[in-house]
Amino acid sequence: MESMASAAIFYGVAALVLGSALYVVVGRNLVHSAFALVAAFFGVAVFYVYLGADFLAGAQVLIYVGGILTLLLFGVMLTNRIYNLNLRSGAIQVVPGALSAGLVFALLVWIIQSVDWGAMDAGDPGPTSESIGRLLVGDYLLPFEIASVLLLIALMGAAMLVRRRGSRS
Amino acid sequence: MITRFRQIEMRLMGPLTMIPIVLCLVVLGTIAALPVVATILSELVADFVPPALQHLTIVVLGTAGFVGILALNPIYSIWLERKVAAHVQDRLGPMRVGWHGLLQSFADGVKLLFKEDLVPRDADRVLFGAAPMLAVASAFAAFAIVPWGVREDGTVLAVANLNIGVLYFIAITSLGALSVLMAGWGSNNKYALYGGMRAAAQMVSYEIPTAILVLVVVAQVGSLSIPEIVNAQAGGILGVGDWLIFQLFPLNLIAFVLFFICGLAETNRTPFDIPEAESELVAGFHTEYSGMRFAFFFLAEYGNMLLVSMLAALLFLGGWVGPFGSNPLLFFVKGFGLVVVQMWLRWTLPRLRVDQLMGICWKYVIPISFFLLVVTTVIKGLL
Repeated sequence: MESMASAAIFYGVAALVLGSALYVVVGRNLVHSAFALVAAFFGVAVFYVYLGADFLAGAQVLIYVGGILTLLLFGVMLTNRIYNLNLRSGAIQVVPGALSAGLVFALLVWIIQSVDWGAMDAGDPGPTSESIGRLLVGDYLLPFEIASVLLLIALMGAAMLVRRRGSRS
Repeated sequence: MITRFRQIEMRLMGPLTMIPIVLCLVVLGTIAALPVVATILSELVADFVPPALQHLTIVVLGTAGFVGILALNPIYSIWLERKVAAHVQDRLGPMRVGWHGLLQSFADGVKLLFKEDLVPRDADRVLFGAAPMLAVASAFAAFAIVPWGVREDGTVLAVANLNIGVLYFIAITSLGALSVLMAGWGSNNKYALYGGMRAAAQMVSYEIPTAILVLVVVAQVGSLSIPEIVNAQAGGILGVGDWLIFQLFPLNLIAFVLFFICGLAETNRTPFDIPEAESELVAGFHTEYSGMRFAFFFLAEYGNMLLVSMLAALLFLGGWVGPFGSNPLLFFVKGFGLVVVQMWLRWTLPRLRVDQLMGICWKYVIPISFFLLVVTTVIKGLL
């Protein structure tokens, strides 16, 4: 009974994620696409919950939905051509496109089938935040610091780019 | 000059001397009693319900209690807001409908129900309709992690006792900014869009210090779970000495004040209500809304007010622990008390300008909260 409901929610969310992700790509209205992206990100957070990654789910909603998407919407709403956007390139190459997409799909299926994912037993895997914290300031301290320095550089670069030349205020 | 001081004194003292505040606390007490009743019920059912179903019972009763609170909360909060406003301005406020106007908000609610549901012709219908729903959903969903007490056997009384409670709170409240943007865009009205843009900028900016200030608490307690944060504050002098706000004086006091300021900004309350600044933007992002959709935004706004007040009470004021031991009622008194403070501030302080608002956030609040985080962490590490 519980597993049935759980499976139903899972497939429902999966359909939501795929549907909204598809709409992001094919939709003609930029703002609608951006809001569809909200649903996709949120659905991915639900998958993290299913996998027992509670911290990751919270971080996903916080960073992607709360931060990145809000800024993205901000940007989208300030652009001037939002409705009936035609973003097709001049030369549409159907055959190479379909071929490479099919190849990537086949590769992904092969990887998913052949790799031993070390799946855990069903059940509550327990809190993850503490072990994530220990790994981040322990084994993975250097990558963590490099990532933060990279973000700092990006931040300073953005501030540099939008700075008004010549004004001293 | 003297009259100016008189005015300020009156503004500050007005709500303190008002008699109806006693009444409103009684009223809010009855609302607050709902989950307490749920608690007592859960104690009772503990004898009858098999242990396997006890958690489920708590969840169901807690959900019912919070839905009850959130449905009744705006009705009485709006009445309270009007009363506080009136007494700050030396008026009486609603007096006609019921005793001291107690039923005024019910009358207004019925009026809103029967109002015509207008949708502007050029509005984006999908987003226009979805925005109020998202606003209410984000406000209600966040209450899932608000615990209101512990039972004697250590069971936490909460709909969901998440291990990442505070992270969930920060994440879900960020959805509110999206609903405001959605409403601003969907209305296809320049004032609404300005309001939505301002709200988005404001909420995104103030989310950063909120998260850092929550981290100040988390770093001191060593847990993201709200019940553990509250339990760490039990004991001390008079039962209040170990509340986080009194620890490492005055660092945590500053953190509390800043957290409360960020809460005001995130719920778009005065002095941070520029997204709906009446004198500049008609009504901001909800200019085009009427009837029930408009009421939904109010439901969300008052829900968010209560949420940030309750979170401030849980993180800094010891939640349900206090001088009389552990008591859910104490938590609700603290939460609603902070709501009253929010209303008091609204009618005391003037609105900020957009640039002042951003300046306060980026030049003062964020650096100070980073400073607090570093200093409290270092002190905690040395102790």
